[in-house]
Amino acid sequence: MEVFLQQLINGITLGSIYGLIAIGYTMVFGIIGMVNFAHGDVFMVAAFLAMIFFLLLTTVFGLSSIILALIIVLVIAMVLTSLLSWTIERVAYRPLRGSFRLAPLISAIGMSIVLSNFIQVAQGPRNKPLPPMFPGTITLMERNGFAATISYKQILIWVVTAVLLAAFWYLVQKTSLGRAQRACEQDRKMAALLGINVDRTISLTFVMGAALAAVAGTLYLTYYGVVNFSDGFTPGVKAFTAAVLGGIGSLPGAVLGGLLIGLIETFWSGYFSIDYKDVAAFSILAIVLIFMPQGLLGRPEVEKV
Amino acid sequence: MAGATRKDTDGLNAAAAVKDAILAGVIALGIFGPLVGLKSEQNMRNELVLTTRWGLVAIIVGIVIVGRFLLTTVIWPTLRARKMRDKPAPTAAQIARRSAIAKWFPSTSLVFLFLYPAIVVSLVGFQGSLKWVDNFGIQILIYVMLGWGLNIVVGLAGLLDLGYVAFYAVGAYSYALLSIHFGLSFWLLLPLAGILAALWGIMLGFPVLRLRGDYLAIVTLAFGEIIRLVLINFRELTNGSAGISSIPKITLFGIPFDASPNGFAKMFGLPLSSAYYKIFLYYLILLLALLTAYVTIRLRRLPVGRAWEALREDEIACRSLGINTTNTKLTAFALGAMFGGFAGSFFAARQGFVSPESFVFMESAVIVAIVVLGGMGSMIGVALAAVAMIGGTEMLRELDFLKAVFGNNFDPDQFRMLFFGLAMVLVMIWKPRGFVGAREPTVFLAERKSISSSLVKEGHG
Repeated sequence: MEVFLQQLINGITLGSIYGLIAIGYTMVFGIIGMVNFAHGDVFMVAAFLAMIFFLLLTTVFGLSSIILALIIVLVIAMVLTSLLSWTIERVAYRPLRGSFRLAPLISAIGMSIVLSNFIQVAQGPRNKPLPPMFPGTITLMERNGFAATISYKQILIWVVTAVLLAAFWYLVQKTSLGRAQRACEQDRKMAALLGINVDRTISLTFVMGAALAAVAGTLYLTYYGVVNFSDGFTPGVKAFTAAVLGGIGSLPGAVLGGLLIGLIETFWSGYFSIDYKDVAAFSILAIVLIFMPQGLLGRPEVEKV
Repeated sequence: MAGATRKDTDGLNAAAAVKDAILAGVIALGIFGPLVGLKSEQNMRNELVLTTRWGLVAIIVGIVIVGRFLLTTVIWPTLRARKMRDKPAPTAAQIARRSAIAKWFPSTSLVFLFLYPAIVVSLVGFQGSLKWVDNFGIQILIYVMLGWGLNIVVGLAGLLDLGYVAFYAVGAYSYALLSIHFGLSFWLLLPLAGILAALWGIMLGFPVLRLRGDYLAIVTLAFGEIIRLVLINFRELTNGSAGISSIPKITLFGIPFDASPNGFAKMFGLPLSSAYYKIFLYYLILLLALLTAYVTIRLRRLPVGRAWEALREDEIACRSLGINTTNTKLTAFALGAMFGGFAGSFFAARQGFVSPESFVFMESAVIVAIVVLGGMGSMIGVALAAVAMIGGTEMLRELDFLKAVFGNNFDPDQFRMLFFGLAMVLVMIWKPRGFVGAREPTVFLAERKSISSSLVKEGHG
């Protein structure tokens, strides 16, 4: 029971990070039908930005309150990552809109290579460790010397994820920006005819996805305390997997898929073997897709002649 | 309409352009400022500290401002004006020249490829030829072969496979393990590796047949990752991340390339040199690549090849006409995988060492990029894209003279992949249909006409 509880806690923590990244994939796919392969690397750049500004605030400006520093870092990382993603969309994807389907995909793969190698060149190839933050834990259950604990960091990640997802949900469901976004997702041409600025809405989708990826990046940095230029790929692929698992194009599906992938990974490493945790996640993806090709919460694709 | 475009081209509003350029500069400052200007480094106590490089940021921002200004004031208006101008109809001489190039280019380049080692050896000698034959010749030809193999799946059948490197890995590990443990020769294992890879192709193909589009892409990607992770973790068999070393070399009909009395050099009374083996490998991969091309070209004329292209153009129409789409997809997967397996076993024999590091997702991405950049389905285009992308990045290794400009700390090698990625993005923006987008149909009425790239579909799967 303790092991189960512990894996559940760890899995939800990891899953919320995946879910935050997955939203970026799923929204972009929903609106322009493109797999934004560079999104994982945008997440990695966000973690680097968080690391740099955290250092700047604590070592150069001598800010002693870590909570305050993290809040400032989160806001700056969200703003700058959104700017980066907006620029990428403008430079590498917009000229290819309406072109054939694989062109933006290749451009995105190219952009992903550019981002990770740019960080390698600009910040160096070595791991960037930060001093541990919020070291304390709360013991929830203890038996036979094994204790199920939840750390302050995990609580922080849950709270931040929940609050931002709620804010994001409000933005998409209740504001005119979100309405425009959902309208473009359903029918871009019709939305344009009704006076929605489609280009702006698409840019906005990239910006929203990037802002959530920046949250994920900051939380990832707080949780693991280390970041490397190659850290974008694996979480990126897993988050994409999560988006597809939940049904690509569906926002609740992305969060659900993220949580599922996180849980599968931690439970597999807890009960079976840590080596094969990624194999388990990918195999379950393949199995789910074979039996439910539209994902868990996705709308089935209608074939038209 | 015409008035509006006129305004666009003629309105070189300097103030607006300056404003636009400054805005671009501000954005560049926001992005590059923290990431370039503040470099995190570990000090003696393993703590991260920041060092500043504002000079570099100023240079980058300056380049962005000037570049953006030139783009809006000079480059875009010129390009637009050129597009606006009516293209004169190509004269008869131009058409003749174009078709002559199209006709002679493949055969001349083939002759050049066969003479390439001889040319290199006569220019720089045996020892100097090593680099040119190995790093350029063999390396590029491996990717040409992989590109042609994947071209069957992506270019002809229109199924997006992002895990092609898995079959390359199956081929490489089949050769490595079977030659080490059973002492079998390359010539026996080459077809075997191809068959094993094809079997894996069918095994992957079966479950994913129902999937379309990006779902297929993600499952193939997942499959590629699973193979790599198994190679890393199944240590008893594969030796994990450490890889398998001292894989036997290829022999020429039983003649080994070594210093022994019955080795190649002694046998023909030649001075010892490692260049013979490299040249031999060059011809081997050239022949393997040409085999791939030959089989593909012949298959395109067979019913199965036509079914692939029909599948790419319209799957539903294809099914309505009674084509068995299951078998069609499976043959595409199996054949593509088989050529990947051939290339893999060649790769293992050439390197003498295999590790899971060689089969990461980036490799798959590079191969897909080569196929798409080449113009999906065009053999010549794929080969040109492989030469440009792989040869181009290999050339970047030769940029040591830049050290004289930027000082000794400057390492051009680490910029290699950065330029590779930038080139991918730029080529796509410049030519979204790839280098050679037009197609030569295999079936035609009365006369063979090339099909414009805008009429070719890219498939749904």
